[in-house]
Amino acid sequence: MYAQLIKTARSGITSREDMSEQEREFQDKIDNDIKIEPRDWMPDDYRATLIRQMGQHAHSEVVGQLPEGNWITRAPTLERKAILLAKVQDEAGHGLYLYSAAETLGETRDELVRLLHEGRMKYSSIFNYPTLNWADIGAVGWLVDGAAIVNQVALQRTSYGPYSRAMIRICKEESFHARQGYHAMMKMAFGSPAQKKMAQDALNRLWFPAMMMFGPHDSDSTHSEQSMAWKIKVKSNDELRQQFVDQTIPQIEYLGLDLPDEGIKWNEERGHYDFSDPDWDEFMDVIRGNGPCNVDRLNDRVAAWDNGQWVRDGLMAHARKKAAAKVAAE
Amino acid sequence: MAVDQEKLLQFLLRQGDNTLILGHRVSEWCGHSPILEEDIALANTALDLIGQTQMWLGYAADVQGEGKSADDLAFLRDAWDFRNVLLTELPNGDFGRTLLRQFLFDAFQSVLMGRLMKSSDETVAAIAAKASKEVAYHVERSADTVVGLGDGTEESHARMQEALNYLWPYVGEFFASDDVDAAMAEAGIAPDPASLREEYDALVGKVLADATLTIPASKYAHKGGRTGYMHTEHLGHLLTSMQWLQRAYPGCEW
Ligand SMILES: [Fe+2]
Ligand SMILES: [Fe+2]
Ligand SMILES: [Fe+2]
Repeated sequence: MYAQLIKTARSGITSREDMSEQEREFQDKIDNDIKIEPRDWMPDDYRATLIRQMGQHAHSEVVGQLPEGNWITRAPTLERKAILLAKVQDEAGHGLYLYSAAETLGETRDELVRLLHEGRMKYSSIFNYPTLNWADIGAVGWLVDGAAIVNQVALQRTSYGPYSRAMIRICKEESFHARQGYHAMMKMAFGSPAQKKMAQDALNRLWFPAMMMFGPHDSDSTHSEQSMAWKIKVKSNDELRQQFVDQTIPQIEYLGLDLPDEGIKWNEERGHYDFSDPDWDEFMDVIRGNGPCNVDRLNDRVAAWDNGQWVRDGLMAHARKKAAAKVAAE
Repeated sequence: MAVDQEKLLQFLLRQGDNTLILGHRVSEWCGHSPILEEDIALANTALDLIGQTQMWLGYAADVQGEGKSADDLAFLRDAWDFRNVLLTELPNGDFGRTLLRQFLFDAFQSVLMGRLMKSSDETVAAIAAKASKEVAYHVERSADTVVGLGDGTEESHARMQEALNYLWPYVGEFFASDDVDAAMAEAGIAPDPASLREEYDALVGKVLADATLTIPASKYAHKGGRTGYMHTEHLGHLLTSMQWLQRAYPGCEW
């Protein structure tokens, strides 16, 4: 969601007969909803897949600071500025927490960050879209955090203990963000005509990118099966997307905004809303690095890291001096 | 004897504008700091400063008595009406300069808030009591970082010395007393800032010595922020971003 198109480190699904004794025991635990903990034995492919997924999730939290940070200096009131600062601070905290969870699998944060900066790991496609008017900040909280929650509530049941616990903790804050985002949208949608126009513009631009957060159709998502068997993935992309649409349409209607997709229609038979597909070619473009903000986002992160090298070096050098002085004094 | 309300207002604007403008500057770092922990810490610092601003400017608006809000004061005044010291509006520069500016400010706040907690004005005392907890944490953190970078590598030391040379001439303005300060001191609302210099110099001198940094010899002090007489060119640009929505779409609720 924050993790999309995660390539499972194994193609196809391993049948019980093909499993080793150890792997059968491992799979039994998962089937019985017993969490896998860092010291437990696990298949290499399970470990590798989890590192990819948690790493991408962590990167998303961190890069996600940028589109929201884009409006911190222009927030229209002191309270809105404070709310946005607190949210962005939470997101950075989620990143830190997820990197730590990934470290329990033996992958350092520095290594994951290096892979991100070299373009070898990704973050969620949503953060490659720009935030262009103030209502985007409300819409991001409402739609982007909202979509993330749908996925992450499901992931609370994921098989890897540290990841599951991270999701439980993070979901509480994400729900708060989504509520605050919706509240900001209400102010805009019920405000002046200009404010309502901003709200509509934000919804129109961010709707399909938010739908893309769930990843391609299940039929096109080749790596899901083994991840589902391992309970790294708990619900399918299409299930989650439908759940998001169903919960969001009434919220749009309450705001009195036009629906962002002409294909949205209640389907009595299915008991769900029908909706149009996002443009999957656009999605693949964004994934390949050609989204509206890909280059700038990554450049920003790399520049932050490079410009900070002297700071990290300086603080490390000081810590070494202090440690040496302490040893000398003993 | 009731204190001159206009002077009290000026005093409160000085407090609230300091935290507003510095909070704004610190918030510019969002997502761009050297390490994730610093992104979190800087957002947290900015958040505290904005929270203090809401209290100071909220009280200022009450004292002003024109039915305005803290937001009106923050978003609808022009540069000449701002009363922050020049130090707070200076551009961030590199991370070292930002943290050194923060330390020079935090050190002043830590001395001042301790006194304001005993203010004869209950509201001032209450705001200072709340702020002082945050300030104690800020000054500890910024002092540690200044020491770490000053006494780090050759490069980090050089950058910090350069930052100190740039920032030091703006420190003197903290202590430039005028008739507003005299009225506050007389009413027991706030100390005369000039009387805080010794304590400030002791605190700052100790930390900068630990940081192996040399305080510039010149005693020259820029001023003009806390009176509003002459801000730097930087303030207008800051206000242009900060106030844009309120100016472009007046009278809206956000
Ligand atoms: Fe988050
Ligand atoms: Fe998020
Ligand atoms: Fe969030």
